Amino acid sequence: MPQCSGRRLAGRTATAGGGCATQQSRGVPAPESRCYTLHSRGRLCYTVIMIELLTFSTDDLRPSRDQVLQNQGIPAGVAVPAEIDALCSNAIDLMLEIAAPAGVLLEISKPDFATVYQGQGQNEASTPVGDIFPRAENLALFAATLGQGVSREIKNLFESNDLALAAMFDSAASAAADRLGELAEIRFAEFLDQNGRNTPETCVLRYSPGYCGWHISGQKKLFEFLHPEQIGLTLRDSSLMEPLKSVSGVIIVGPKEIHSFPMSYPFCSQCETRGCRERIRMLSAD
Amino acid sequence: MSILTEIVENLIVGDDEKVSALTQKAIDDGVLPKQILDDGLIAGMNTIGQQFKNHEIFLPDVLMAARAMYAGMDKLRPLLLKEGIPSPGKVVLGTVRGDLHDIGKNLVGIMLKGAGFEVIDLGNDVSPEKFIQTAREHDAAVIGMSALLTTTMSAMKEVTYQLKEEGLAGRIKVIVGGAPVSAEFAVEIGADAHGYDAANAVERVKSLISEN
Ligand code: B12
Ligand code: SF4
Repeated sequence: MPQCSGRRLAGRTATAGGGCATQQSRGVPAPESRCYTLHSRGRLCYTVIMIELLTFSTDDLRPSRDQVLQNQGIPAGVAVPAEIDALCSNAIDLMLEIAAPAGVLLEISKPDFATVYQGQGQNEASTPVGDIFPRAENLALFAATLGQGVSREIKNLFESNDLALAAMFDSAASAAADRLGELAEIRFAEFLDQNGRNTPETCVLRYSPGYCGWHISGQKKLFEFLHPEQIGLTLRDSSLMEPLKSVSGVIIVGPKEIHSFPMSYPFCSQCETRGCRERIRMLSAD
Repeated sequence: MSILTEIVENLIVGDDEKVSALTQKAIDDGVLPKQILDDGLIAGMNTIGQQFKNHEIFLPDVLMAARAMYAGMDKLRPLLLKEGIPSPGKVVLGTVRGDLHDIGKNLVGIMLKGAGFEVIDLGNDVSPEKFIQTAREHDAAVIGMSALLTTTMSAMKEVTYQLKEEGLAGRIKVIVGGAPVSAEFAVEIGADAHGYDAANAVERVKSLISEN
């Protein structure tokens, strides 16, 4: 799940991409990475917006053992037999070998994001994203995928009856897909830093369609703006992304307080995960 | 120790090679195939299911045991077919139209097979027509549908509606599951049951079939 990454940038591992310079890695064609300087009535103003194709290193992508085991329903801290530990690290290694991660990141203005957020008009009347983004300092859309090979391998493993490895591989891929979102966050925060647009109080947090009242059909407008087709990511009519192990959303940058909200939205009463609490707790811990 | 107890014990620890060899030995010794199935393979999987439900073991343990069961079944299946021994029921399983998420559906299928059911797995992105047509063709007792997203789970309603239209509701039971699917939704669309996880799916399918 998302984390605040803005204020801790210096201590983090360098990740996807290298500023606005063109970058290339793992045989992926030279990603288009462009910066635009906005012009206002013929005069230069000093906001640099960006669109960047992201590449990810295996080290950055590697999910934690605990995360993978949690996806198998094994709570953190529970002791597991050595064979399960070995299966877990095998699955992670195999998944990283096969994954062909790619992402796209696009800075977006508030009015444009308002259109994206509006989507197909199916959101709940009031939502965390709807309340937070108008107070944001910077916004970026992102989408990222582990590629089709990962899904193919899961299918192959199930078909060859390597059931335990298949399921562990699936859990590892889900954890890595989640990690892609985190890496996109870090990359956007780096970009803002490099352009002197990050303040010390800034927090960077991502939100996704399909969560907390932002209707899943919001994926359609998000894709219209972001064009993740360029990284091989497509959207079905059902709003499902293909390849399956993919994530999308908006990265909202602003003071810590804007990301903090009570669980008083009408839909919160049916929420089983209360995932927002952990995110808000992590913001306070920062 | 009887050979069937040995099968159970080796299945529980997920030793597929031993389960395969012991099943062959039991067949060679003249133990009835149905007895090997019920008191060896299914008995072992029942124990595993119970241990998993009680949080005594983890998902990989269940899957290693299931693989061992499959190894035994490979030996047994031709004999069961030859003797015309019916499975306790046939279940047509799939992920609904527009959806590709199949890990949940796969786990449900594995546990159902472990309980002795015959599972016809249609894979993912399955149309409502395909679910019904396959259930008819195979004379299946249950259709099981899985979905990942709220947008795709709506396809489940088309199946329950169509079954009603064709006068098959009640004869072919419907069970639904998946991350966004709730028991309330199952009632709303006229499904016969909802399963919240793979072990629960087995319990629900058993009771659906016993109602028939
Ligand atoms: C892991 C995960 C991911 C992973 C992997 C997804 C995958 N399909 O492989 C990643 C990070 C990639 C991901 C991405 C997204 N996700 Co997601 N994800 C999850 C999560 C946390 C677990 C899903 C999972 O794999 N569980 C493990 C498997 C084994 O469980 P399962 O499929 O539920 O199956 C079990 C039971 O449901 C049941 N069962 C399943 N089928 C059946 C069938 C029958 C007949 C029966 C009886 C029982 C049964 O038994 C199974 C075994 O125990 C769920 C939330 C949750 N806690 O469930 C959200 C969830 C599914 N995701 C959600 C969303 C919104 C998304 C995204 C759209 C977010 C985004 N914008 O990026 C994307 C969509 C991806 C895409 N391709 O389009 C929402 C969907 C809600 C909605 N509005 O539709 C959920 C429900 C989270 C939420 N909001 O609460 N996700
Ligand atoms: S309680 Fe649940 S639904 Fe409500 S905001 Fe938090 S995570 Fe979202």
